[in-house]
Amino acid sequence: MTNTIETKTGISRRSLLKTGAAAVGLAAGSGVIPGFPTIWAQSNITLRQFGTGVSNLNAIADKCKADLGITLEMTATDSDAAAQRAVTQPDSYDIADIEYWICKKVFPSGVLQPMDVSKLKYYDELVPLFKTGKLTADSVIAQGTAPHTVGYVEAQDSKTFAKAPTNWFTMVPTIYNADTLGIRPDLVGRDITTWADIMDPAFKGKTAILNIPSIGIMDAAMIMEATGNIKYADKGNMTKEEIDKTIDFLIKAKQAGQFRAFWKSFDESVNLMASGEVVIQSMWSPAVAAVRSKGIACRFQPLKEGYRSWGGGLGLAAHLKGAELDAAYEYINWYTSGWVGGYLNRQGYYSANMVSAKKFMSEDEWGYWIEGKPAKGEIKAPDGTVMEKAGAVRDGGSFEERMGKVACWNSVMDEDRYMVKRWNEFIAA
Amino acid sequence: MTVALERPAIAAANPSKRRRFSHGAVTPYLQSAPLALILGAFLLLPIIMIVVVSFWDYDFAAMYPDLLTTNYSDVLGSWVTWKTYLNTIKFAAIVWALTLFIGFWVAYFLAFHIRTTAMQMVLFLVCTVPFLTSNIIRMISWIPVLGRNGLINSTLVHMGLVPKPIEWLLYSEFAVVLAMVHLYTLFMVTPIFNTLMRIDRSLVEAARDAGASGWQVLWNVIIPLAKPGMAIGTIFVVTLVMADFSTVQVMSGGQSASVALMMKNQMSLLQYPAAAANAVVLLVLVLLMVAGILRIVDIRKEL
Repeated sequence: MTNTIETKTGISRRSLLKTGAAAVGLAAGSGVIPGFPTIWAQSNITLRQFGTGVSNLNAIADKCKADLGITLEMTATDSDAAAQRAVTQPDSYDIADIEYWICKKVFPSGVLQPMDVSKLKYYDELVPLFKTGKLTADSVIAQGTAPHTVGYVEAQDSKTFAKAPTNWFTMVPTIYNADTLGIRPDLVGRDITTWADIMDPAFKGKTAILNIPSIGIMDAAMIMEATGNIKYADKGNMTKEEIDKTIDFLIKAKQAGQFRAFWKSFDESVNLMASGEVVIQSMWSPAVAAVRSKGIACRFQPLKEGYRSWGGGLGLAAHLKGAELDAAYEYINWYTSGWVGGYLNRQGYYSANMVSAKKFMSEDEWGYWIEGKPAKGEIKAPDGTVMEKAGAVRDGGSFEERMGKVACWNSVMDEDRYMVKRWNEFIAA
Repeated sequence: MTVALERPAIAAANPSKRRRFSHGAVTPYLQSAPLALILGAFLLLPIIMIVVVSFWDYDFAAMYPDLLTTNYSDVLGSWVTWKTYLNTIKFAAIVWALTLFIGFWVAYFLAFHIRTTAMQMVLFLVCTVPFLTSNIIRMISWIPVLGRNGLINSTLVHMGLVPKPIEWLLYSEFAVVLAMVHLYTLFMVTPIFNTLMRIDRSLVEAARDAGASGWQVLWNVIIPLAKPGMAIGTIFVVTLVMADFSTVQVMSGGQSASVALMMKNQMSLLQYPAAAANAVVLLVLVLLMVAGILRIVDIRKEL
């Protein structure tokens, strides 16, 4: 699945970079040309970025080209392939657009270099969730691979994660969201308040969870804990015994006929919900929007135990240096300067820099997506399709209400291989 | 190739025949070379690579050349594998029996009850019309038919035949078998139709003259002569079902496992050596099944 936005020209990237570097030096020395962007526009630089599909958007590459003159070559893969590529082909990319749990696997292998915080123009504006793990001063730090736990290293050449913020940032956070259960409010017939409701005998044969082991196990853990069967020390890093208990619980529920299906792809989850085969299931936010766009009632139901969250960021390849590195910093600063943030917010994700993103959103959009206020007019997606009509309120409410209630982050477990083995048993059972 | 090199040497000892001999010796090899190269490069080499990789070690990021048997002991030592293989073989057996039954009668009808060859061809082409669309589309089309609020259920409920929708129509083993029979019956029809068309009609007449009833003609003349076609159809259907993952995933709603689906899960988690070991086991099993079929029926009669 390669999504190349623009292919390289005949001239080699490095020769262009050298020209670019010379031009930058000249500009810095003479002060004739103010600011970087013009220079990059002249030198026609290319950055190769790979990552998971969510944020590899053509619109971002087009805008980047227009604003900075940097050509982005994007490659989208699924998250497991992204982790593998990051480690095994470190020279094949300049920017790694990966999730934080992938960062936990990848960074210690030395293929990425940390960023100097002082070179990040918008560092101070970044949401504190990615620095301290707390959205507000009184938030509880969530379980799993919370971004701040893998957000810093001790020094420029260090590969071990720092316990508190330092001057060396592993990745600049870009996109994140909080996931929960999707429901058909017209068919469930009662209020859904907890993850345990998916196990209600009333919904026998009308529930689904996702069949992607690393995420499915987290949803299962949220359900398991909500039913009061177990209390995990850390849902994001279960012991073998905890994995056994969770899988045994799932197998029992499966054999009792609680589940209608296990979905693997976005479309499957949309179809299950839209056709009424399922009334309550694990879901992703854009899938809920897709069901709603068919005119079918569907809600991304906030639950009292909180959300399962995920987040991604941009990391710099270890081989970047000199002018290439400067271009990468320039790109990252542009990324956090607002236009992209507004774009992501309007897609229903969250930007890591809310301050700058706000400048690129209308008051109504900001009110609907971030403040949880009723929409005053039609809410449109970046491509112009109408997502919500006037009066609609976002499920889960404001940014603080949603991201403030994260119970656990997507993660990678030490017992990963064992978990996958047991998960296959669950599917075969 | 050694043979090719030796023969001219022998020919050299007998100069009078030399020219014709060397020609005759090299030509067949040249003629078979393109196919041998293609099969070698695109079939043999990948299979050898799969076998080699199945002994390697791996972690999330990479594979390490090694000679481990753990991939095989993991595959063969887990009850999940056995259950999954049994499940897959069960699907293969059911689908085989159904496609053979349906396929035979469709072919029989086409071969013996349609009088003109032109009409036979037209009807045969009609059989293949659904195959102009993709496998996946034909499979997914069943979902709106079988679903809880699908065509069948809403009709039944509307007519008052059932009080509430029948749940087992979709996302069940029934749905998997139904879709597979739909997808694979033509692979049975084609070879059987082909053998039936080759049966000398005078054999049937002779049987009738000798006083055989319709069933006796069918049982003692037609079915024995159709066996090679049935065997070829069986090979098609069995190998297709054994290797299927999308039908099982989609029609069972992920509730049911198949060997290929297990491999796909492993590959999506980049556990290639484990998937390779599984592939080798499956390959051996399918080859044994095909060998068994060939022992029972001599398909060369067909060719």
